[in-house]
Amino acid sequence: MKSKHTIILTVINTVGVLTRVTGLLAQRGYNIESTIAAPTENPNIYKIILVVEGSAQNIEQVTKQLNKLIDTLKVTDISHDNNFIVREYIILKVNVTKKTRSEVLELLEVFSARPLDVSQSHIIMELSGRAKKIDRLIELLKPYGINEYVRSGEFAMTEYDM
Amino acid sequence: MKGAEILIDALIKEGVDTIFGYPGGVLIPVFDVLFSTKEINFILPRHEQGAAHAADGYARATGKTGVCLVTSGPGATNAITGIATAKLDSTPMVIISGQVSTKLIGTDAFQEADMLGLTRSICKHNCMVTDVKDLPRTIKEAFHIANTGRPGPVSIDLPVDVSNADFPDYKYPETIELPGYKPVIKGNKKQIQKLADAINIAKRPLLYTGGGIISSSASDNLLQLVEKTNIPVATTLMGLGSIPYNHPYYLGMPGMHGFAAANYSFTECDLLIAVGCRFDDRITGPLNTFVTQAKVAHIDIDPAEIGKNIHTEIPVVGDAKLVLEKLVDIVKERKPNAWNERVTELKEKFKLTYNQDENEKILPQYIIDSINKFIPDDAIVVTDVGQHQMWSAQFINHKHPRSFLSSGGLGTMGFGLPAAMGAAVGQPNKMVVNICGDGGFQMNIQELATCAINNIPVKSIILNNTYLGMVRQWQDLFWEKKYSQTCLKQDPSCPPGCTGPNGSCNKQYWPNFVKVAEANGVKGFRIESPSEINNVLEEAFKVDGPVVVEVLVDKLVNVFPMVPSGKKINEIIFGDEK
Ligand SMILES: Cc1cc2nc3c(=O)[nH]c(=O)nc-3n(C[C@H](O)[C@H](O)[C@H](O)COP(=O)(O)OP(=O)(O)OC[C@H]3O[C@@H](n4cnc5c(N)ncnc54)[C@H](O)[C@@H]3O)c2cc1C
Ligand SMILES: Cc1ncc(C[n+]2csc(CCOP(=O)(O)OP(=O)(O)O)c2C)c(N)n1
Ligand SMILES: [Mg+2]
Repeated sequence: MKSKHTIILTVINTVGVLTRVTGLLAQRGYNIESTIAAPTENPNIYKIILVVEGSAQNIEQVTKQLNKLIDTLKVTDISHDNNFIVREYIILKVNVTKKTRSEVLELLEVFSARPLDVSQSHIIMELSGRAKKIDRLIELLKPYGINEYVRSGEFAMTEYDM
Repeated sequence: MKGAEILIDALIKEGVDTIFGYPGGVLIPVFDVLFSTKEINFILPRHEQGAAHAADGYARATGKTGVCLVTSGPGATNAITGIATAKLDSTPMVIISGQVSTKLIGTDAFQEADMLGLTRSICKHNCMVTDVKDLPRTIKEAFHIANTGRPGPVSIDLPVDVSNADFPDYKYPETIELPGYKPVIKGNKKQIQKLADAINIAKRPLLYTGGGIISSSASDNLLQLVEKTNIPVATTLMGLGSIPYNHPYYLGMPGMHGFAAANYSFTECDLLIAVGCRFDDRITGPLNTFVTQAKVAHIDIDPAEIGKNIHTEIPVVGDAKLVLEKLVDIVKERKPNAWNERVTELKEKFKLTYNQDENEKILPQYIIDSINKFIPDDAIVVTDVGQHQMWSAQFINHKHPRSFLSSGGLGTMGFGLPAAMGAAVGQPNKMVVNICGDGGFQMNIQELATCAINNIPVKSIILNNTYLGMVRQWQDLFWEKKYSQTCLKQDPSCPPGCTGPNGSCNKQYWPNFVKVAEANGVKGFRIESPSEINNVLEEAFKVDGPVVVEVLVDKLVNVFPMVPSGKKINEIIFGDEK
């Protein structure tokens, strides 16, 4: 059975390390739903967070292959684990009119989304939360006309020490 | 010291005695240093693909890391096939490619090719050196990565300004720090015990061993295990020679063109012990039909191989030699039982045979079998890719590890001659025979000159069937004999739909291999009928130097047994002989 997996990779910050990781996944036929790569508290260490879909066996194979990269220090598949925090971040621009503006602002409040820019014709907002919550807000804003949005992909951290 | 000098010094410190390479603009600084380097034997193959395969052949024959040095752009891309070949067969190699100056990278500079991008998916590791201070460490790491754990090619891209840069404080590092690279060598004790327990209770155990036995020099340990437990053994193409061909419990190669006894044993066993092999599709067939009755144990140094294709009940991650050593210690002795009788019966029943009529065309099996008579026990047999490769796997009497070299994973036509050349350079005291097809021989035929000039005494035996035989065989069996572009005699005047020579084809075959050999300074022979074989082979093998023997073989013979693609391992089709 296929399901989404969030994989946290700790790698040495070398030239092209992200290409190695994403290239390996592409080469082995896996689609990456999202990736985040950024330096960590240690500038020599990078964290890459991948969301990949696959069966348990597929994902086991992917994590083993990722582990084989010389620059990989650690690979953690956190999808079978409850002890982790995962967040996504979105910036979204929704169309409004005089009539709908307050309705939209109300909706944002319910979601604890923050308006960043309110104008005659649109509202730009930000929200961080679980992917599901973000999906829901997008769904509810659709009728007003979504102008554009950018999503970050998943951030994740285990509650225990990895 | 300059980067170029550091590179060569580092190679010498790594014990490199031979480099196969080809110069070019960005490598002139390095070749300038080589000009006065006595410690290294430099071989100049006539094509970079030849250089890469030669380094690979050298590595397979010796176990040492093969080294290949090529220039940027076209030199580097020419080596690509050789790197991919080494990757798929897990051979240790270091490829150093020149690169344009760091200042020009990314500008489509003259002879710039993105070697990092090109090699990323076909090597074990790659990197570019952008600062001369990183060069010593990079070389040290490259050799370490290439020849530890699961061996493989490591590609280093070296911009010309780094070769020219000065590094006065150069010292070759003594230690390696690679926190992300820690291959597991010693097998887990508990897992090995579990495996021993499984063997102790198994009724029908079968050993399935591969290239990992050869790369970990575990043949002796495998033999000890078989002596103690009497477990029958099947060996992949890559593992041939890890157990002598005449061992009573050796069943031969399994798989698509494997021995029927080996294939049937896979279906009947109750415990499959895989050691240093990777459940390739040429063996397993459809995965859900493979060894459905058996428990599977897998010893492999690469954890990603375990469970990749087949569910494994007893995984043991570690070096085959170390794990087998321990296993031999703790496993109980096992007396031959009904299973041993069964496999012996299978072996007798499905012996590979052929019927050579002395007055007919030469059968490819016959010429290969004849080669056995003329080569010393420790000879190295190299093959190209195609039908002749499968017949060589089946009919050569494999006696020792590292004495059968073949491109298995990538199946690279054109591998044979340059790889044989590399093997002969690495093992100057052994006879090296290259068995190849008429198609593949043309793919790196330029290396004849390299053999002649350096007196590298490769004995090439070309099985000329005038076809791209292996593909023609598939067309014959599965594509209604439509020999589309597989006849090497075909010219524009041939009738459309020709299904092969029925006696009426009088087309000329090109090239004339004997003349090509002679034109390259290599002695050429031709064998046209069975009665000539003994005399010509005897004479050819006596020549002190390279030779080419073209053998005109029966054109339309197919390789059997055969498991058609997509069929189960026991759905074997047999030829006329059985
Ligand atoms: C035309 C054609 C037909 C073919 N038909 C057949 C056929 O009928 N039968 C057949 O067998 N092959 C056949 N092959 C070859 C096939 O494609 C594969 O190359 C081959 O089966 C793989 O061999 P292997 O499993 O031994 O793995 P290898 O590619 O040799 O891999 C070695 C394995 O050992 C492991 N290893 C490496 N070092 C160690 C160590 N120190 N300790 C433990 N493990 C280690 C590696 O991780 C890897 O899993 C054919 C090829 C061609 C071109
Ligand atoms: C570089 C390359 N191109 C194409 C193939 C596909 N292929 C596999 S076997 C074969 C035929 C080889 O013909 P030949 O060298 O004459 O050997 P034979 O099969 O006749 O013994 C071909 C074309 C390949 N393996 N490698
Ligand atoms: Mg041929």
